[in-house]
Amino acid sequence: MRYVAEYRDPEWARRLAEQIARVVTRPWTLMEVCGGQTHSILRHGIDAMLPAEITLIHGPGCPVCVTPVGLIDAALQIAARPEVLFCSFGDMLRVPGTHGDLLSAKAAGADVRMVYSPLDAVSLAMRHPDRQVVFFGVGFETTAPATALAVVQAAARGLSNFSLLVSHVRVPPAMEALLSMADCRVQGFLAAGHVCTVMGTAEYESIAAKYRVPIVVTGFEPVDLLQGILRCVRQLEGGRHVVENEYPRAVCDSGNEPAQRWMREVFRVVSREWRGMGEIPDSGLGLAQAYARFDAAQRFGMGTEWTPMATECQSGMVLQGQMRPTQCPAFGTRCSPEHPLGATMVSSEGACAAYHRYRRPKVTS
Amino acid sequence: MCLAVPGRILGIQGEESLWRTGRVDFGGVIKEVSLACVPDAQPGEYVIVHAGVAISRLDQEEASRMLESLRSIDGLSEPGGEGA
Repeated sequence: MRYVAEYRDPEWARRLAEQIARVVTRPWTLMEVCGGQTHSILRHGIDAMLPAEITLIHGPGCPVCVTPVGLIDAALQIAARPEVLFCSFGDMLRVPGTHGDLLSAKAAGADVRMVYSPLDAVSLAMRHPDRQVVFFGVGFETTAPATALAVVQAAARGLSNFSLLVSHVRVPPAMEALLSMADCRVQGFLAAGHVCTVMGTAEYESIAAKYRVPIVVTGFEPVDLLQGILRCVRQLEGGRHVVENEYPRAVCDSGNEPAQRWMREVFRVVSREWRGMGEIPDSGLGLAQAYARFDAAQRFGMGTEWTPMATECQSGMVLQGQMRPTQCPAFGTRCSPEHPLGATMVSSEGACAAYHRYRRPKVTS
Repeated sequence: MCLAVPGRILGIQGEESLWRTGRVDFGGVIKEVSLACVPDAQPGEYVIVHAGVAISRLDQEEASRMLESLRSIDGLSEPGGEGA
């Protein structure tokens, strides 16, 4: 596919890795923020191409993974109602709540469907005027414009049978929360390319300056990731800490302004609980007052207080970059993609799922 | 979750930005996507699509510039790989 194949060229990837090895003089720890990048790194073996000085740790960049269990329990309660047609992205349907996941609710008779786009949920509401269609809106800033458009379209069509259980989160406050932790090891960030496609790069300037940390906006293909790492390492070696854009074919400084307008129309910034990280101020999006009638939690009388679930799952440590998935005692034994203890093993972008799928056996020579 | 893929716009339907959609070719797979966030996109252009919505027009000049910059890195000459 054009604009994909060029950036997967193994020869260029190898040469970029050699360039990184020539530039690096001491150990550096970088975090890629986005789960899509984590998967690409493991899938293409990029971590194994890097010199020993570079450690990559995986950030909380999987919105499915950071959705609190309490919200999934609320989704399960709503989905179980006889008048409800509940839909979301495929990953979201397999995340375990306190008692099962949405797919098991479907097996028990609930009308739960997988959709590719929030706009498909609006189409479902039009085709099923006798059902209450609820979309579980989850995602970073990349996905928020699609959810916002669905709400605006539902309002424009006068749909009274469409609502939204909102779990949208914002990346920059989570990066600040990580950097504020006493034991934070992150020295440089690869910022999530498609989040920046929507939001631009301005939000990261103050973070780079305040925490004296280089932030390189990075794409998802091997050549993009290695370029991002190279530029981050060059900054670290040179004692610099600015925002750089490695992904200009998809990201401009101001982001996508029409998309931001749809988001501002529909959402307001709220505090949100992240699984494994607790409540982070200003890190979420909730429905603006003008669209509050589309709030599924209100429509179906769900509370807003969620109780954390006691579990063996240590995804919180993984999401903070404090622990590798393979260091978890349950990894690959009591926890697998078929029988996940937590969301990081379920989601196609979860770090545990990536290690489970792509981990390479250790070779001793 | 933030997976987004580039595709080429084959044709456009609708006038008002909220309802404007395009038929987009993703290497042979054709899907209808919302163009509400890329009001200036035209047939023949590449857009980056996420969850049924085009979130960016792909900047083809920047794409070529990056490949050029790779060629100029010290010791990094043209490889013979696919699509390069």
